[in-house]
Amino acid sequence: MLTIKNLHAEVEEKQILKGINLSVNAGEVHAIMGPNGSGKSSLASVLAGRENYQVTQGEVFFKGLNLLDMSPEVRAREGVFLAFQYPIEIPGVSNINFLKTAIAEIRAHKGLPPLDAKEFLRLSREKQKLVEFDAQLVNRSLNEGFSGGEKKRNEIFQLAMLEPALSILDETDSGLDIDALRIVSKGVNKLRSENNAFIIITHYQRLLEYIVPDFVHVLYDGRIVKSGTKELALELEEKGYDWLKEDTREKATTI
Amino acid sequence: MTTSPSIPLFEEVVNGFNKLSVSGGTRQESSDLRRARQLAFDKFRELGFPSIRDEDWRYTNLARFLKDEFTIEGWEVPGKAVRPDEQLEKKAGIALLDCYQLVLVNGVWDGKIKGGELPKNIQLLSVAEARQDPALSVYFEKQAGWDGHFANLNAALFSDGLFIRVDAGTTIEKPLHIVHIYTSGNNLLVQPRNVWVINRNAELSIIESVVSGGTAKIWVNGLTEIQVHADARLHHTMIQTAGTGVRLIQQTTAHQHRQSLYNNFTFTLPGADLVRNDLQTRLEEDHTETHLYGLYLTAGNQLVDNHTLVDHQKPHCFSNELYKGVLLEQSTGVFNGKVYVHQEAQKTNAFQQNNNLVISKKATIDSKPQLEIFADDVKCSHGSTVGQFSEEALFYLRARGIGEEAAKGLLINAFAFDVTEKIRIPEVEAHVNELISLHIPVNHA
Repeated sequence: MLTIKNLHAEVEEKQILKGINLSVNAGEVHAIMGPNGSGKSSLASVLAGRENYQVTQGEVFFKGLNLLDMSPEVRAREGVFLAFQYPIEIPGVSNINFLKTAIAEIRAHKGLPPLDAKEFLRLSREKQKLVEFDAQLVNRSLNEGFSGGEKKRNEIFQLAMLEPALSILDETDSGLDIDALRIVSKGVNKLRSENNAFIIITHYQRLLEYIVPDFVHVLYDGRIVKSGTKELALELEEKGYDWLKEDTREKATTI
Repeated sequence: MTTSPSIPLFEEVVNGFNKLSVSGGTRQESSDLRRARQLAFDKFRELGFPSIRDEDWRYTNLARFLKDEFTIEGWEVPGKAVRPDEQLEKKAGIALLDCYQLVLVNGVWDGKIKGGELPKNIQLLSVAEARQDPALSVYFEKQAGWDGHFANLNAALFSDGLFIRVDAGTTIEKPLHIVHIYTSGNNLLVQPRNVWVINRNAELSIIESVVSGGTAKIWVNGLTEIQVHADARLHHTMIQTAGTGVRLIQQTTAHQHRQSLYNNFTFTLPGADLVRNDLQTRLEEDHTETHLYGLYLTAGNQLVDNHTLVDHQKPHCFSNELYKGVLLEQSTGVFNGKVYVHQEAQKTNAFQQNNNLVISKKATIDSKPQLEIFADDVKCSHGSTVGQFSEEALFYLRARGIGEEAAKGLLINAFAFDVTEKIRIPEVEAHVNELISLHIPVNHA
C-alpha cells in the first residue's frame, strides 16, 4: 500500500529525514518509535503533505501512485489520514459541517454522490458509538474548548468517519490519561481491518500494549536504524534510547 | 472657506437648492424647517465635499467618485413613487421571514405593505408627508450632533424617506423589513431622510436591505435619525448589497434615553463602489445598553468605510462593539471606531473590537480605534487586529480532503461567525450567511 524509498526531507534548510525506507501493506500496523527530535513527526508531516517540508530526495508511492505529487487534500481523498499530534481549534466551523464537507469532497473524488442528510446522520451516530465520542462534542465548533483528550478522540472519530486506507497516528497517546488511552485504542482496534493499514508514531511503548503492532521501527537522526516485531518495543522500554545512540555512533566511526 | 467649484455635483447641488426655494417644493413646510434647510445649506456651502485633509475622511478619498455628473431628483414632485422592480425586491427578500415588508424606490415609499395589516400602535408615513405635518416638523429641523458635510447636504435638500413611530408600551412582534431599491436611467443624487421614534417601553425590529439596479451611477446620501426613548428597545439590521455604480453614504444617529437598548448590525457585501457608514449612538441618559456589530466583506475595487461613534454622555451606560472585516481582491476597508466618554459618564462600560482578515495581497485595511475618556471610574477596552489565513487551520482542513478554496470558504465563514451568530432572528442570520457564501470561495490575487 505504501512504499517509501530513500526519503530525504528538510525544513527551513535543515535536513530532517536522511533516507527513510519503509514498506506498509494492507492489514498491517507499523509502530514508529524513537527519541524526541529523531524525525518521527516530520515523517508524518511529509506523508500528509505539509508545505513547509521540502522533499530533497527519494520517493513515496501510495497504492501505486506518486504521493509526493499530490496536494494534501488529494492525498486525503486518496485515503491518507493524519491524526494530528496537536489538533487545532477552529471556532466557527462546526464539527459536523466540517465532516460533511470532507466526506462530500472525498466521495466526489471517488465519483460517488454525496450522502443525504439521513445517511450522514446514521453514519455519524454509528461511528460516535464505535469510538465512544460524545454526541455533544460532535455538534460543537471544531475542537473549540475541547480538552486534550477530547481533541485526540475527535481525531479518531474523524478517522472512523472518513474510513481511510492508511492512517498515521502522530503521538496520539501524548497527553492522554489511561482511560482516554484505552478508549482511543479500542476505537483504533475496531477500525483495523485487512483492507487498511496504520502507522503509529509514539515515544512510549504504553500505547502499543493496547494497539499491538505487527512491526516496530526505530527512527533515529532521520533514519530507521532498527526494525523488528512488537518485542522490539519492549526492549526499547527497558533499555531506553541511549543504547541506540551509542550503537549508531559506533557504526558511524567504523565506517 | 472651502468650496468645491470644480466638482460638477457641487454645481448641481447649488442649483438644486436655488430651484427648491423658487419651485415651492417646501411651501407646505414650517418656517422653522425652511430656516433649518437654509442654515444647513449655508453650512454645506462653507464645508463643501470632504477631502482627505478632513480628519474624518483621511483614508477615504472621494475624488474619483466626485468626477461624475449627477442630477438631483425627487423633491420637485414629492411622494411620486416608482413601481418597485420585482426582481430587485426578490433579491432583497429574506426567505421564510415572517415580516412586514415595504419598498422604497430611490427613497420614495409607495405606501404599500406586504405581510399583513400593521398593528394600530405603529405608524408609518412617507417623509414627504411627515415634513409638512406641523406636529412632526420638529423631527426634521435639527440634526443634533451632525455637523458633517453630507449631513448638512441631506438636511438642506431631503424630500422623502420613511417616518416610523411606535406607541409607548408596545412590542411589535413581526420585524419590519424595509427594502431600499436604487435604480435610475441617468446619474442621480438621492437623499433619503428617515426618522424613527420608538416611544417609552416599546420594542421593534427593523431590517433594512439596500439593493440597486440599472447602469447609471447613483449617489445615495441617506440620513436616519432614531429616538429610542426610555426603556424602549430597537433591533436594527442593515444589509448593504447594492451593486456597482452605487456610492452609498449612510449616516445614522440613535439617541438613547434612560434604560433603552439599541442593537445595530451592519453588513456590507461586495458591490457598491463606495460605502461610507457613519453610525453614531448618543447615550443621552443613564443606564443605556448598546451593541454594535458589523461585518464588511469587500471585493473588486470597493472602498468600504465604517465610522462609528459611541458617545457616552451619562453614567452607568454599557456599550459593546465588534466589527469584522474580510478584504478580497483590490478592495479597501476603513474602520474608525470612536468611543467618547464624557467627564460626567462615570461607571461607563465600553468595549470595542475590530478584527480584519486580509485575503489578497492587493487589499488594504485602515483600522483606527479612538478612545477619548474624560471620566475616571470607567471600564473601557479596545483592540484591533489585521491578519491572514492561519496556515495551520488551512492545512488541517486540507488534510481531511477539503480543497484549498473550500477550506478558505469555511475559514471566512468561521471568521464572520462571531458577528453573524449575534443576529437575533434565525431567518436573517441564514440570509446573511447565504450572502456571504455567494462571494466565497474566492480567487485571491
